[in-house]
Amino acid sequence: MVPTSYYVVLSAILFGLGVFAFIFKRNIITIFMSIELMLNAVNLAFVAFSQALGKLDGQVFVLFVIVVAAAEAAVGLGIIILIARNRETLNVERVDLLKL
Amino acid sequence: MLEYLWIVPLLPLLGSAMNGLFGAKWPNKFVNGAAIGSTGISFLCALEAVREFFDSGQVVFRKEFFTWIAAGNFRAGFDLQMDQLTVVMVLVVTGVGWLIHIYATGYMAHESGYYRFFSYLNLFMFFMLILVLAANYVLLFVGWEGVGLSSYLLIGFYFLKKSAADAGKKAFIVNRIGDFGFMLGMFLLFRAFHTLDFQAIFTSSTLGGWPVELRGHLGTLTFACLLLFMGACGKSAQLPLYVWLPDAMEGPTPVSALIHAATMVTAGVYVVARSHVLFTHAPTAMLVVAIVGCATAFFAATIGLVQTDIKKVLAYSTVSQLGYMFLACGVGAFSAGIFHLMTHAFFKALLFLGAGSVIHAVGGEQDMNRMGGLSKKIPWTFGTMLVATMAIAGIPFFAGFFSKDAILFAAFQSQNGGRVLYTFGLLTALLTSFYMFRLIFLTFRGNQRFDERKVHVHESPWSMLGPLVVLAVLSVVGGWFALPAFFSGPDYFSNFLAPVFGGHESVEAAGEAAVHQLELILAAVAVSAAVIGLAVAWWLYLKKPEKADGLAKSLQPAYTTLLNKYYVDEIYAAVVVKPLLWISTNVLWKGADVAGIDGAVNGIADGAIAIGDGLRHTQSGNTRSYAVWVVVGAIVIIGVIFFWPSAGRPVIGMVH
Repeated sequence: MVPTSYYVVLSAILFGLGVFAFIFKRNIITIFMSIELMLNAVNLAFVAFSQALGKLDGQVFVLFVIVVAAAEAAVGLGIIILIARNRETLNVERVDLLKL
Repeated sequence: MLEYLWIVPLLPLLGSAMNGLFGAKWPNKFVNGAAIGSTGISFLCALEAVREFFDSGQVVFRKEFFTWIAAGNFRAGFDLQMDQLTVVMVLVVTGVGWLIHIYATGYMAHESGYYRFFSYLNLFMFFMLILVLAANYVLLFVGWEGVGLSSYLLIGFYFLKKSAADAGKKAFIVNRIGDFGFMLGMFLLFRAFHTLDFQAIFTSSTLGGWPVELRGHLGTLTFACLLLFMGACGKSAQLPLYVWLPDAMEGPTPVSALIHAATMVTAGVYVVARSHVLFTHAPTAMLVVAIVGCATAFFAATIGLVQTDIKKVLAYSTVSQLGYMFLACGVGAFSAGIFHLMTHAFFKALLFLGAGSVIHAVGGEQDMNRMGGLSKKIPWTFGTMLVATMAIAGIPFFAGFFSKDAILFAAFQSQNGGRVLYTFGLLTALLTSFYMFRLIFLTFRGNQRFDERKVHVHESPWSMLGPLVVLAVLSVVGGWFALPAFFSGPDYFSNFLAPVFGGHESVEAAGEAAVHQLELILAAVAVSAAVIGLAVAWWLYLKKPEKADGLAKSLQPAYTTLLNKYYVDEIYAAVVVKPLLWISTNVLWKGADVAGIDGAVNGIADGAIAIGDGLRHTQSGNTRSYAVWVVVGAIVIIGVIFFWPSAGRPVIGMVH
């Protein structure tokens, strides 16, 4: 049996990667993917704890996260398409109409 | 009417309210009706109340109409009383007040704000009547402050004129100093007696006797009396608080006559006389009253010698005569003081009204150097003013002669430095006679010193002359109550007041031949002083007018000092006003207000702006910087959950 801490460390690494990409990538689709990566890292931690504690709460939570992530993907991709059409770029640096 | 005594003060208040509320739209006739009617009916009601008082055998009448303040054992009510002293005061206030109202309808006829004037004047009557009818110190103080307010309003009646507005403020502020003392005096009395009711305080002295700590030279009573006297000094314009009264002449002349000569300024004398039980048990306070009164009488008379404004002469004369009244009270001759109060009300009101008539005649001129030779042109004014002048100078058988003589006699017999007080009193009598006849000669006799073509001199209408004539008659007969005393008979006036002042005046009662002879000698001395004053004034201002200027030149330093009123206003300005102004400007205004309060408020606003300015930069509009903030926020929240002393534990505990 793999110890729970392995799963948690892996989850933390994945989440850290997601955060890193979320901050440093300029392409909006990459940023979007990094958000998905963070969500799934959290899902992994949920499932690991669920198994370690012998409770189903964590797995139920994961289902909710997947559903919300799907909805978020739909809305997010819609926004991205609109940005791509209007600004003709996917670089977030140039999406700066609100800049002071 | 005694049972409904409240009607007497209330009628003028009604008149004041009617004129104040509706007078602006009324013709002058209606305003006259409300003003003269209310005071006239009030006078008649007072007369009826006095008649009932006599019918009841002069038993002190006292009635509690309603309770105003009730706190624990303390009660202050709308309680009115009527005793012999009140009779004199009420009749003087309503009678003289009514005459002056009638006069004012003529004098103010062409002024704007006619209704406002009479509204204020009636308001004054209301408060003055409350003052003299009150049966406790608290209600008396209501009237006391009320007359101060009316005085302020009427001095500043021509409020567009800066000097008038300033004079009103000056009167109000100087009176505040006195009132401060008056209130402290009331508090002391309350601490000592647990009541402020006249009857309760005054009878407690005769019933159980007062504890030693109250009496004695430095007892509570001495301080209470001195503080009450401080209030009296402010209201009655005594040293060192007299400075407001001469400036108060900025008000219309009827106001000067009613408030600043006949009634309000005598309120201080009334309070001292009313509190005579306290004062006679505080010999130190009595001595202070006598000295201050005597000093004021002499001091103000010397200033009066050289003034050229006809009303200013009368103002200083009023201060001086009030000093006489306090001198009388100070030496224990309360009835003599009240007697002088009454005669003074007659002749000084007459002098002011006469002066008003003169000013009216010469078209607003007040400088006596630009009058002269008016006696033939305005004979009625001249005649009545001459009567008043003889009364104030102490010419025999005029009113002032008797009252002044009684005061000087009492001062002479006083145990505490009576001779000094008498000497200064006598000198004051001489000076009084001099400056009053100087006024008469400068105004009515000698050469005409104005341009007849420019000034149309005319006698005043009968609405003004009528009161003058009535007051002239009173200025003659007003002193005759004391006439029999001159022929070894009873002194009706002091006998009448004896139930109030009781056995505190044993001097009169002695009535021995030697005492009577002394009184006659003193009277003769006083009369010769008056005649000398008259003669000198006649010689300097009629016989050899050029000598007056020569004398002024040869006594240059003294003359300028007097002309500048001993520089008292300047000294007060330097010692009190300037430092106060400096502290107000630099500490209170620029220090406390601008730097402190405004600084705090502006500082908070500036701080908010600065913080907002700093935070503004977090809203860069750059998507990635927002992303960083989200991450930073998440890290902070996680950090808090983990490292907060208690919050994070259960989460960690779940891992095991």
